[in-house]
Amino acid sequence: MNDINIKADRKLDIRGVVCPYTLVKSKLAVEDLELGQVLEIILDYPEAADSIPKAMLNYGNSVLKVEKISPKEWIILVRKEVED
Amino acid sequence: MEFTEEQLKRYSRHIILSEVGGKGQKKISAAKVLMVGAGGLGCPVGYYLAAAGVGTIAIVDNDEVELSNLQRQIAHSVKTLGMKKADSAKQTFEALNPDVNVVAIKERINSKNILDLIRDYDIIVDGTDNFPTRYLINDACVMLGKPLVTGAILRFEGQVTTILPGDGPCYRCLFEEPPPAGLVPSCQEAGVLGVLPGVIGALQATEVLKLIIGKGKPLKGELLIYDALGVNFRKVKIPKNSECPVCGKEPTIKELSDMPEQYCEI
Repeated sequence: MNDINIKADRKLDIRGVVCPYTLVKSKLAVEDLELGQVLEIILDYPEAADSIPKAMLNYGNSVLKVEKISPKEWIILVRKEVED
Repeated sequence: MEFTEEQLKRYSRHIILSEVGGKGQKKISAAKVLMVGAGGLGCPVGYYLAAAGVGTIAIVDNDEVELSNLQRQIAHSVKTLGMKKADSAKQTFEALNPDVNVVAIKERINSKNILDLIRDYDIIVDGTDNFPTRYLINDACVMLGKPLVTGAILRFEGQVTTILPGDGPCYRCLFEEPPPAGLVPSCQEAGVLGVLPGVIGALQATEVLKLIIGKGKPLKGELLIYDALGVNFRKVKIPKNSECPVCGKEPTIKELSDMPEQYCEI
C-alpha cells in the first residue's frame, strides 16, 4: 500500500458521523466518482475504519490505504473500480 | 434530487445495497406506480412501496372499508370502517412515509376510464378480485405498453406474474378468456387465509421495486404459484402465444370492453 503517488480526486469528511451513516455517505460519494477516481475518506468512528474498507471491497472497489492519523482519526483511500 | 439527512436515515438500508444505492433510491423516488385495488393485495403492496419511498402511488378503488376486510387488509382499521378504501389506505401510507404522494382515485375501473387512469404511470399493479377486471387491466397494459405485476389469491394458494408487453407473454397468452362466471369460486364463497395476500402482495411489491431499479430478473414468462399448506413455491412457464387475441401478431381485441362482472371481495 504505497501511497506516495496517490492523489485523491475527492475528499469526504465524515468525522462525527456514526454507523451506518458512515457507509451511506461513503457509498454515495463513491457513486459520484468516475471509474478510476480516488476518494479520500476521513472518519473518527472506530468501527467504520474496519467496516468501510470491507464494504468497499465487497462493492468491487479497491482500498488503497487505511491509515490511523491520530488516536481517533483514520484516512481511507478508495478507488472506484465498478459502475453502480 | 439530493437526499435530506432524514432521507439518508430512512433509506440507509437501501442506499448501502450495491444494487440499489443512491441512484436506485432516486429512481424509486421518481417512480409512479398505480395499483388497482386497495384490498388484500393492494394493502401490502402499497404499504411496502410507500415504505420504500416510491414517489407517487395511485390507488384505484371505489369500495368502503368493512369489518370483514380487516382479517387481511392491513392498511385499514376499525377507525376507517365505512371510509373509502382509497382514502383509508392513503392515510396509512402517508403516515408511514410523508415523502410519498398518494393519489386516491375513488372510481371503479372500467373500459372507459382505464386508459386515462393508467397512462401517466410507469408500472401497474393488479390487486383486483375478479376476472373481468383482471383481463381489462391486462388488455389496457398491453395496448399502452405498461409493465404489469399481477397477483391473485384464493384459500391457501396465490399466484404472481410480471407482464412486460412486447417482451414476453401476457395474461391472455396463459388463459385466452376468463373462466365462465361461477366456475372459479370467489373468496366470499371459498375463503382465504388472511396472511396469504401478505405473501403474494410482498412478492408483487418486490417485482415492482426490481423493475424500478432495473436489477435482477423480472418474473416474466412464468407464473409463480405459492401453496401455503404444502409450503411450496413452484414456477410454471407461460409460453407466449403468437395467436394471442391481444398481444399476438394479429390481435383481434383492439378496443376495450367491459365483461359482465362477477364479484369477489378479496
